[in-house]
Amino acid sequence: MYAQLVKTSRAKAPEEMSEQERAFQARIDRGEKIEPKEWMPEEYRRTLIRQIGQHAHSEIVGQLPEGNWITRAPTLQRKAILLAKVQDEAGHGLYLYCAAETLGISRDELIAMLHSGKMKYSSIFNYPTLTWADIGAVGWLVDGAAIMNQVPLQRCSYGPYARAMVRICKEESFHQRQGYDLISKMARGTPEQKAMAQDALNRFWYPSLMMFGPSDKESVHSAQSMAWRIKINTNDELRQKFVDQTVPQAHYLGLTVPDDKLAWNEDKRAYDFSEPDWEEFYAVVRGDGPCNRDRLGARVKAWEDGAWFRDGLAAHAAKTRGAKMAAE
Amino acid sequence: MTDDRCEYALRLGDNALILSHRLSEWCGHAPALEEDIALTNVALDLLGQAQLWLELAGAREGRSADDLAYRRDAGAFRNALLVERPNGDYGHTLMRQYLFDAWHIEALSALSRSRDAGFAEIAAKAEKEAAYHVERSAELVVALGDGTHESHARMQAALDALWPYAGELFLGDALDARLAAEGVVPAATSLRAAWDASTGAVFAQATLTPPASAFAHKGGRAGRHSEALGPLLAQMQFLQRAYPDATW
Ligand SMILES: [Fe+2]
Ligand SMILES: [Fe+2]
Repeated sequence: MYAQLVKTSRAKAPEEMSEQERAFQARIDRGEKIEPKEWMPEEYRRTLIRQIGQHAHSEIVGQLPEGNWITRAPTLQRKAILLAKVQDEAGHGLYLYCAAETLGISRDELIAMLHSGKMKYSSIFNYPTLTWADIGAVGWLVDGAAIMNQVPLQRCSYGPYARAMVRICKEESFHQRQGYDLISKMARGTPEQKAMAQDALNRFWYPSLMMFGPSDKESVHSAQSMAWRIKINTNDELRQKFVDQTVPQAHYLGLTVPDDKLAWNEDKRAYDFSEPDWEEFYAVVRGDGPCNRDRLGARVKAWEDGAWFRDGLAAHAAKTRGAKMAAE
Repeated sequence: MTDDRCEYALRLGDNALILSHRLSEWCGHAPALEEDIALTNVALDLLGQAQLWLELAGAREGRSADDLAYRRDAGAFRNALLVERPNGDYGHTLMRQYLFDAWHIEALSALSRSRDAGFAEIAAKAEKEAAYHVERSAELVVALGDGTHESHARMQAALDALWPYAGELFLGDALDARLAAEGVVPAATSLRAAWDASTGAVFAQATLTPPASAFAHKGGRAGRHSEALGPLLAQMQFLQRAYPDATW
């Protein structure tokens, strides 16, 4: 989702494990949390770095599509809400980089990998925000999908990640409610506003479904991640849950989900729905989405333009430390 | 509320509104995550203050803070020219902030003792926020002035460029004199000595030299703005102007 394509190998069978690995797996099976200083398999550490790193990058890049409308927010109150929301996302990025740092990698290293394209962020942030209704759609659908994935991760096996998720989930559900409130105002507004709300749903529906990652039928190996409890549900389970939760909300708003095949299936007590266009998904992940270059370009520019600022602060801090030591 | 008081509240509200807007342009693009978060805090504080001052300013005519923010043209805005200056590099943004904050804290502390209870109440709340703002911006001006060659050069360039916009904050006019005589606001000129002292100390520590010239651009309070304000308003007011019948 915010980490859509973190591949791990198939889960190891107990007889393939070393004594240490078996003990580690047993702790996870008992529901114990793994803490930074404790022994962990190298692959567990590497997978978590990729997953938490992707998640952190998604928060930071995710500031951009919504940031696009801050200066055009239509009322002082909406502007304050949006500013605070985008600020929260920066805070989420910060917690997550800190969580990743407990695994022995620095924030600067992670950021360098984002900028070089070695690490990814969620595909959803490569779609443009074209009208004010999109800000509602992002809160409602994108934060909604994020919550779907992150609530179970509050119970994941790695302590710092699980605790970061607890803090983050509280704020995400706030974002989702605000987004829903915004889009309901649009959906019940003037004909033009209604049209914007419907158009936003049309454009964000399938990209939101893509947030959960490829279908379980595809060969993305997540068995090991599930055995380690750093992935709790399968992609398709979460996608189904999201659809089941969101469709009634769309109906309540008087909006139409852009899917002819969407229908309630009484037998499975869930909706049948169309899969997103996975070719489009892979294109976006590869770098060919509508906004990939702009998004990454904006992040790289902010980082490079800010180099003198960070260097200046560091130089002053070093001088101050030097002066203190000389005085002692 | 008298006309005079409405007009003065408008000045304070517009300063906060326009500066907040400028800061919000950085959101998502600041040089470090911690900075992004801290700068947005300042933007949010100022936005909250703008809302309070504009509500006060519009109450008599039954205009909401939103009406005032989104339905006035540039000539009706009463902010000082300093706050509408474009962001420039991050050093410019911080220098603009410091010059403003150092004035703001003096103005608000005097206003918190206003004879007008409405003014005093808003100012007292805003003063607490401004105290944090000026502490932060002063610290950054010192650190960057005294950082690397490049950071020093950028901060000096920012000070040189923005200095001519600081003087307007201290220019008195007839309105200011009338309200000062009533004990509602401090006389604009009365804030200068404290500002000179605090900024002088900070610039010395930052190894920065304020320009010798006392020349000051002026006109903001009379609605004569720079070219920078129009595009800012065009963006800020777009939705309200394009869809005047909508509620948001
Ligand atoms: Fe977030
Ligand atoms: Fe969020």
